[in-house]
Amino acid sequence: MEFRTWSSPHLPVNDSVAAMMRLVLLALLPGTACFFWLFGWGVLFNLLIAGVTAVVAEAIMLMLRKRAVTTTLLDGSALLAGCLLALALPPLAPWWIPVIGSLFAIVIAKQLYGGLGYNPFNPAMAGYVVLLISFPLEMTLWPAAGNHPDLAATFTLVFSGSLQNDLPLDAVTMATPMDAVRMQLGLGELLTGLKEGPLFGLVGGAGWEWVNLWFLAGGLWMLKMRVIQWRIPVSMLAGLALVALVFHLYDPDTYASPQFHLFSGAAMLGAFFIATDPVSASTTPVGRLWYGFGIGVLTWVIRTWGGYPDGVAFAVLLMNLAAPTLDFYTRTRVFGQQDR
Amino acid sequence: MRSSKVPEGKPSQAAPLPGDFTRLYRFNGGLRLAEHRAVSLEHPIRFAGVPKQLVLPLQQHIGAPAECLVRSGEHVLAGDLLADPVGRVSAPVHAPASGTVVAIEARPVPHPSGLPATCIVIDTDGENATGPALAPVDYRNTDPVELCERIRQAGIVGLGGAGFPTRVKLNRRHDIELLVINGAECEPWISCDQGLMTERAADVIAGIRILQHILQPQQCVLAIEDNMPSAGHALRTALADAGDAGITLVEVPAVYPTGGERQLIRVLTGREVPSQGLPADIGIICQNVGTAAAIHHAVNTGQPLLSRIVTVTGDGVHSPGNLEVLIGTPISDVVAAAGGYTDNVERLLIGGPMMGYAVHSDAVPVIKTTNCILAVSAQTMPLPPPAQPCIRCGKCTEACPADLLPQQLYWYARSGNYDAAQDFGLFDCIECGCCAYVCPSHIPLVQYYRHAKTAIWTQEKQKQAADIARGRHEARLERLARIKQERQARLAKRKRAVTGEGDGDDPRKAAIQAALERVRQKKAQAEYTPANIDNLTDEQRRKIEAVDRRRDADNGRKAGED
Amino acid sequence: MLIALIALGVLAVIIGLVLGYAAIRFRVESDPVVERIDALLPQTQCGQCTYAGCRPYAEAIAAGEADINQCPPGGEVTIHALADLLGVDPRPLNPEHGEHSEKTVVLIDEQVCIGCTLCIQACPVDAILGAAKQMHTVIANECTGCDLCIPPCPVECIHVVPLGTTTGNWSWPMPDKERSEVQQSA
Repeated sequence: MEFRTWSSPHLPVNDSVAAMMRLVLLALLPGTACFFWLFGWGVLFNLLIAGVTAVVAEAIMLMLRKRAVTTTLLDGSALLAGCLLALALPPLAPWWIPVIGSLFAIVIAKQLYGGLGYNPFNPAMAGYVVLLISFPLEMTLWPAAGNHPDLAATFTLVFSGSLQNDLPLDAVTMATPMDAVRMQLGLGELLTGLKEGPLFGLVGGAGWEWVNLWFLAGGLWMLKMRVIQWRIPVSMLAGLALVALVFHLYDPDTYASPQFHLFSGAAMLGAFFIATDPVSASTTPVGRLWYGFGIGVLTWVIRTWGGYPDGVAFAVLLMNLAAPTLDFYTRTRVFGQQDR
Repeated sequence: MRSSKVPEGKPSQAAPLPGDFTRLYRFNGGLRLAEHRAVSLEHPIRFAGVPKQLVLPLQQHIGAPAECLVRSGEHVLAGDLLADPVGRVSAPVHAPASGTVVAIEARPVPHPSGLPATCIVIDTDGENATGPALAPVDYRNTDPVELCERIRQAGIVGLGGAGFPTRVKLNRRHDIELLVINGAECEPWISCDQGLMTERAADVIAGIRILQHILQPQQCVLAIEDNMPSAGHALRTALADAGDAGITLVEVPAVYPTGGERQLIRVLTGREVPSQGLPADIGIICQNVGTAAAIHHAVNTGQPLLSRIVTVTGDGVHSPGNLEVLIGTPISDVVAAAGGYTDNVERLLIGGPMMGYAVHSDAVPVIKTTNCILAVSAQTMPLPPPAQPCIRCGKCTEACPADLLPQQLYWYARSGNYDAAQDFGLFDCIECGCCAYVCPSHIPLVQYYRHAKTAIWTQEKQKQAADIARGRHEARLERLARIKQERQARLAKRKRAVTGEGDGDDPRKAAIQAALERVRQKKAQAEYTPANIDNLTDEQRRKIEAVDRRRDADNGRKAGED
Repeated sequence: MLIALIALGVLAVIIGLVLGYAAIRFRVESDPVVERIDALLPQTQCGQCTYAGCRPYAEAIAAGEADINQCPPGGEVTIHALADLLGVDPRPLNPEHGEHSEKTVVLIDEQVCIGCTLCIQACPVDAILGAAKQMHTVIANECTGCDLCIPPCPVECIHVVPLGTTTGNWSWPMPDKERSEVQQSA
C-alpha cells in the first residue's frame, strides 16, 4: 500500500497567527469599551475608519506584490495594526487622520518592508508618529473625559471638520491630563495643586486610569492565554515605574508619581499591546527584558523632558532601532557550550 | 517546564554526582504532549510471526555498511552470520529465520529519502531451523574485552533509535562514573520500551548487570518516566529479586524530550554533555533498555540480535499493540499481524510523531532501529497548513531543549548562511521538533535545520575531495616536470659523451683523455725508428732516396708558400 | 578663517599619521589571494574556464585577467563564494564555458580498451591506473569528472557515468518545495 509523505513533526498544531491575532483583538475589547464610554463615538469612528483602511490597503499592496491575498488578510495582523493606531488617536480627529495614519502604517511601515514578519518598526506607532508630527493641531482634539459630544455632533465634526452651529472647537475639546500636567508644570505650578484639580482621578488622569486598568486586565488575560510573554510588559512597566519613583522621591512636586505614570496615557496599552508586537521587538529572553526596560525609561524621559505629552510611541520606535543590537549581545548560551 | 513533584537543583557543568538521585534538575523548554500509549499497552507483547520473505539491509546502523558473505541460492539457518562488519564502526547482520537467500539487490529501505539500498533477501522456509549459536558465557568470569567482542559479534546496536554500534560506545569504558539505562520513552504513541520493561524486566536487569561488569561504573541509574506505573512496578520487583545490584530506579518527569540522551543526563545529574562531545567525555555512558535486554540474550543465551519489539499503533490498524518482530519483516506483514489496516488509514510513519518520518510504501522492512510503526487517519494527523512568514514571536526559543535560538537558525539556514548557522549552534540541534510544534506560523523548522546540516556536510565532503584532487594534480605536475628534467639531463650527458667536449666531470672521460695524452707524449718523446730499413736491396734503396728527395722538395715548397 | 584652515589641516595630518601607523602595525597576515581563490575552486582541472587547470585560473582571477563566472563545475556556489571573497557582485555562469551539471565519473569499457595509455597521459589527477598494453581502469574515487580523457581515446571506450544519489549521500531538500509558502521571497 502507498502513502503520502511529508516532514516531521506530524502532530496537529492548534496555534496559528490568526488565532493569536484574534485573542489580541478580544483582549482589547474591555479597554476599548471603557475608552468609548469615556470619550464617545469618535472612538468607534476611528476604529472603523482605521480598520477598514488598513485591510483595504493591505489587500491592494498584496495584489500589487503578487502574494496570496485572502490567506494573508485572514491572519488579522493588518486589522490589529489599524485598531491599535485608532486607539492612540484623539476621538475627535477628522476622518482623514486615521486614513492617512493607517495608510502609512500598512503601506510604508509594513508592506514595503516585506509584509508581516519583515517590518523593523511597529507599524501602528510609525503611523501615529507621522500624524503627530505632521498634524499637531488635529492630534490634540480630545473631548473631556466623560463629557463628550453626541453621535450627531461627533459625526459632523469628524466628517466635516467643524462643529454644528459653528461652535468653536474649544467648546468640546479639552486637554488631556498629561497635556495639562506638562503645561502647568511648565508654567511653574506644582503637582500638589494640580492633583486636586478636576483632571485627576484617584491615581492617574481622570477617566484615563480606568482605561488603563481595563487594558491591564486584557493584558493579563493575554498572558494567561500565552499569547504574549511576560518579559516585555513587566520590564516596561518596571522601567517606567522605577525611574518615575526615583525622581518622584527626589522632588514630588515636579515629578509625577509612579502610579500616575503607570495609569495615564498609553502606558498599559503600550506595555501589553504595542511593545509586545513580536515582529519589531527583540527576540532573545534577556534582550526582551532590556527592550521593555528601555521603552519604559524612554517613555518617562520623553513625558517629563521631551516635547510631546506621551512618549510611548517614540520610545517604542527608538527601541525598535535597538532591537537587533540587543539580540546580538544577548544570545543564549547553547546547551553543552561554555559561556557565550 | 516545571516538575512539581521533585525538588530542583541548580545545574552546572561538573557537579559532583548526587548520591541517590532524589533531587532532579530540569532543562529549558520541552513540551508536555498527550501520550496515546494506553491503546498499545492493553495486550501483552505478541510475536508477529515469520513472514514469507525477509529483507535485510546491509546497513541498519551508523557506520560503514556490512559486507555480504552469502551468495544468492545459499540456504541459511536462523542465527547465521550473513554479513561481516567493515571497519571499527560497523555491525554484522544475521539471519533472523531459516530459509534461502534469493537475491542480494537494491530494495526500498526505511529511510526518509525513499531511496533503495542493498539488501539480502531471504525466502523463509517456515521451519525456523536454528544454526549453531554462540556459546553462552558466564559474564562474571569473562574479560570485558571478550564481552565487548561478543556484543559486536551479536550485531547489537543502539535500539533506542540511533543505531550506533554498541561495542564502539563501550570502547570508552574507562573512568565511567555513571551508567544510565534509558527507559524514559518520551515520544507519544511509542510504548515498546515500556512494554519490554513491564513484561521482561528480568531480561533488562540481567543486561544491566553485564554492562555494569564491563564498565565498572561508580553508580548505575535506570530512568523511567513518571507515567509508567506498571513498568516501575515490574522493575522494582525484578530489582528486588536480583538482590543488591547497585541499580537505582529513578522516575523522571514526563516532559518531551527527556528521553534524549543529553536531556536525560542533565535531568539526572545537572551536567551537560559538551557540545559536539559525547557523554563519555563527562564520565557517563547511556544505553537503551532494549539494548540492555539484547546484551543479556547475546551473552547469557548466545543469541544474536534477530528480533526487536516494535509498537504498531494508531487509529489506522485494527489491533494496536507491541509486537516482537523479526528484523527484516516487511511492514505490510507487521501491520497484518496487528490486525491489518482500517478503512480510514492515510498516513504511515516510522518512528514517533515528533521525530519519525513518513514512508511512501509499506514494503520497506523493519530494521534494528525501527521502534514504532504509526498508521493513522487524516483526522489524527492532518497535513500541515502552508507555512506563514515568521512573526518572530519567540515561542520556538521558549520550547527548545538545547537552549538554541531556532528563529536565528531558521533565518540563516533559509538564506544559505551556513557559517552563521553553525556559529549559532546548528549542530547542537537534536531535531526533536519542539520548535516546529509550537510555531504559530507552521514553519517546518526542523526541515530547514536538517537541510542546512546535510548541505554543510556535503560541502565539507566536496572540499575534502577537492583538496585531494588538487594534491594529486600538483603531484602529477611535479612528476611530469621531474621526468622532463631527467630526460633532459640524460640527453645532455649522451651528447657530451659523443662529442668528447672537455668536461672534467666524467671520470671515464678523464681516463680516456689521459690515455690519449700518454700516447701522444710517447710519440713525441720516443725516436721513431722505422723497423724495416735493414738489408735493403739496391732497387729499394734507389726508390727510398727518390721518395726522400721528393718529400724534401715538397717541404721546401710548402715552407716557401707559408 | 586662517586659524580654522590650519587647525583642520593639522588635524588631518595627525589623523592620517595615526591611520597609517595602525594600518601597518595592526595588519592581519592572510594567505595570498591566489591561494584563497584556489581554495574555493572545485579542482576538477577540466580546463573549461580556458585555463590549463584550476591554479592557472586562480592566478588569472587574481591578476584581473579572468572573470569569476567561468567555472561550470563550481556553479553558482563557487561564483558566490568568489564574489564574497573578492568583494564583487556575483553574476550568472558564463554559458560560453559550459553548463553546470551533476557530478559524473568516467568508466572504461574493459572489453574495448587497447591499453594505449593516451587517457592516462591526459588525466590531470592521475586517476587512471594502467600501463602500456595493460588494462586501464579508472579509480572512481579520484575521478573529478573533467572528461579530458574522452577525446584522446582512439577506440572510444570511455563513458560518462552520473554518480547518482544513494542513501549514503542523500541530503534533505529545502522545505519550500514541500509545503508551499505564502511568501515567495527567498
